[in-house]
Amino acid sequence: MDLHSHEFQSRARTALHDTSLQQALDQARDGFVAKRAAQVAELSEFEALREAAAQLKDHILEHLDDYLERYETAVNAAGGHVHWARDDAEARRIILDICARVDARTVTKGKSMVSEEIGLNEALIEAGLKVVETDLGEYIIQLAGEAPSHIIAPAVHKTREQVADLFEAAHGGPRRTEISDLVDAARQALRGRYFEADVGITGGNFLIAETGSSLIVTNEGNGDLTQTLARVHIVTAGIERVVPTLHDATLFLRLLARSATGQETETYTTVSTGPRRLDDLDGPEEYHVVLVDNGRSRMLAGPFRAMLRCIRCGACMNHCPVYGAIGGHAYGWVYPGPMGSVLTPLIKGLDLAYDLPNACTLNGRCASVCPVKIPLPDLLRQLRHAQFTQAITPRRQRGALAAWRVVATRPWLYHALERVVARILARLGARTGRLRRVPGAHGWTLGRDLPTPAARTFLECWHHEREKS
Amino acid sequence: MTDSSRGRPRVGLFVTCLMNLFRPNIGFATAKLLEEAGCRLVVPQGQTCCGQPGYNAGDEDSARALAQQVILAFEEFDYLVGPSGSCLASIRHDYPLLFAAAPAWRARAEALAAKSWELTSFLVDVLGISQTGARFDGVVTYHDSCSGLRGLGIKGQPRQLLAGIEGLTLREMAETEVCCGFGGTFCVKYPEISLKLVDDKIQNVLATGADTLLGGDLGCLMQVAGRLRRRDLPMRVYHVAEVLAGLATGPSIGEGPLASG
Repeated sequence: MDLHSHEFQSRARTALHDTSLQQALDQARDGFVAKRAAQVAELSEFEALREAAAQLKDHILEHLDDYLERYETAVNAAGGHVHWARDDAEARRIILDICARVDARTVTKGKSMVSEEIGLNEALIEAGLKVVETDLGEYIIQLAGEAPSHIIAPAVHKTREQVADLFEAAHGGPRRTEISDLVDAARQALRGRYFEADVGITGGNFLIAETGSSLIVTNEGNGDLTQTLARVHIVTAGIERVVPTLHDATLFLRLLARSATGQETETYTTVSTGPRRLDDLDGPEEYHVVLVDNGRSRMLAGPFRAMLRCIRCGACMNHCPVYGAIGGHAYGWVYPGPMGSVLTPLIKGLDLAYDLPNACTLNGRCASVCPVKIPLPDLLRQLRHAQFTQAITPRRQRGALAAWRVVATRPWLYHALERVVARILARLGARTGRLRRVPGAHGWTLGRDLPTPAARTFLECWHHEREKS
Repeated sequence: MTDSSRGRPRVGLFVTCLMNLFRPNIGFATAKLLEEAGCRLVVPQGQTCCGQPGYNAGDEDSARALAQQVILAFEEFDYLVGPSGSCLASIRHDYPLLFAAAPAWRARAEALAAKSWELTSFLVDVLGISQTGARFDGVVTYHDSCSGLRGLGIKGQPRQLLAGIEGLTLREMAETEVCCGFGGTFCVKYPEISLKLVDDKIQNVLATGADTLLGGDLGCLMQVAGRLRRRDLPMRVYHVAEVLAGLATGPSIGEGPLASG
């Protein structure tokens, strides 16, 4: 997927004026937040689970090489193959090679954010393959020719009316707007595709080192059909998705469903180990796992390691006021919201995604709901620091900071300037009591009045008064 | 030390830069509350700003310089107290992090962090005060500022103190824990997004039917008040300290200047 993060400001502006988008966002946000809160309230050990999960993730990351080797050994033992991809291009090439070798024509896909990250769909289509997204949300945006705007609800930016229009155009009339009818229509359209598929590609919520299994959760069962009915199953996953045991995976599963969709558990949790065995009733002939690095080992070695704890639940974006205001497309790449504002600059470049770490109020709500306790605001601030030290921060802003430092580290000068500013503003606002336009403060007065200060600062008054007494 | 001053804590008042310039009344209210609670109050001249503008913009070096200035100005006191969850969260959490590579300064930063308090939490959690004896006639709603709430766990303290104010009724708004869109320089760097957030906040404020909005951070209050005035919406906006001290009598924030001193 092409990077558009440098267009953040213009995309955000467009999003704020898009009434359908605003309607869709309002509805989605209220649903996600309320459902999660209800689940958390019912599980008294939720906080303890978060702490345990964060610690377990840190342990895994500390020994990631070891767990990945164990995982590879177990996959091989089960008759599968592990492929290591350093970056997106390598991952695409590995998957295209498998598709070519098995003479694939049709590829079905379960939802996989890593496949978006490596730009897989475009590459498959360019190679002449027919690609069918089977997750309802992914199916909708495939019809619309758009990118996902949310990591667990890719079409969350669409209203029901817009989906009805897309389905009418794709499936023919009559136009239906009931959700159950829309789900049925998608199911009808997709059912046959599963059987035609030569290759089924899914993500992997967790990779189990002890058994060599991949584990996925879905609410539609589409992932199961994708991976069971195709001749070849390919799992795409980031290297950080490995967990030691199936038992460990259950800890994350309890947190994932509650944090993501506000369910106790997702409808389908499917573990898949190797290709079809002799006595299996169904399953693929080949089983491949493409482990994608794409900047992750760099993150592992540096100050952003905590980001690799992420289990992709989307709670941070569901609770982010900025995401709630502008939606996911404004962020300009695969991962939006707080987690995306950390990942995108780290994977694609601090300069190309300059706005993402900065377009955040540091309100901390994301970190307070993160099931693996990623200190997202701290990481965003560290990215700002990295941008500053690499001189990516705009020159004007760096100049302003330098000037601020000169003044703020000299209390006499700072206080004198505040006294001058107080007098000027007080005079400007004397007539009306409010300031509608202030030179140099356009960003503020664009939509707000500036309170008129008293003509004398607190320090001035205080010391004057105390000296009197 | 005289007999009468023994046991009375010496408190250095942290004068936030916004308060100093835009709303001295909050400083006087804070001073009144602390002195009535028996503190010996000092306002050090050597202070300017907590350093957050630098820290949040990635300029850690400048933030460190400001942090050192605050440490030097305040470490002699029993406590540092200020009427802002944002500045105080920075002093308590960010300062020790800023000196991770300088053990001597880190120890001083940690020592200062341990005795630095946001006003309402100092009154309730440290001094054990539950009433301030003031009166305020009105139905108020309270906005939880993010830094105070999530950085310092300030939620019950201002409400507990407000419950003791005669004539005041508190009516909670929906999403009181959601950001108002101020975010320091965020509000001027991304003004359109910031305005969307503050309009959402105002919708929740208005839905309560309250006539007054209170909060513990002047940044947030200027953001909401500034937007209310621009939209010509009638609503009084005060810092919680002004109400607790009985000094919420003049024009509210954004309704015109208060007479100085």
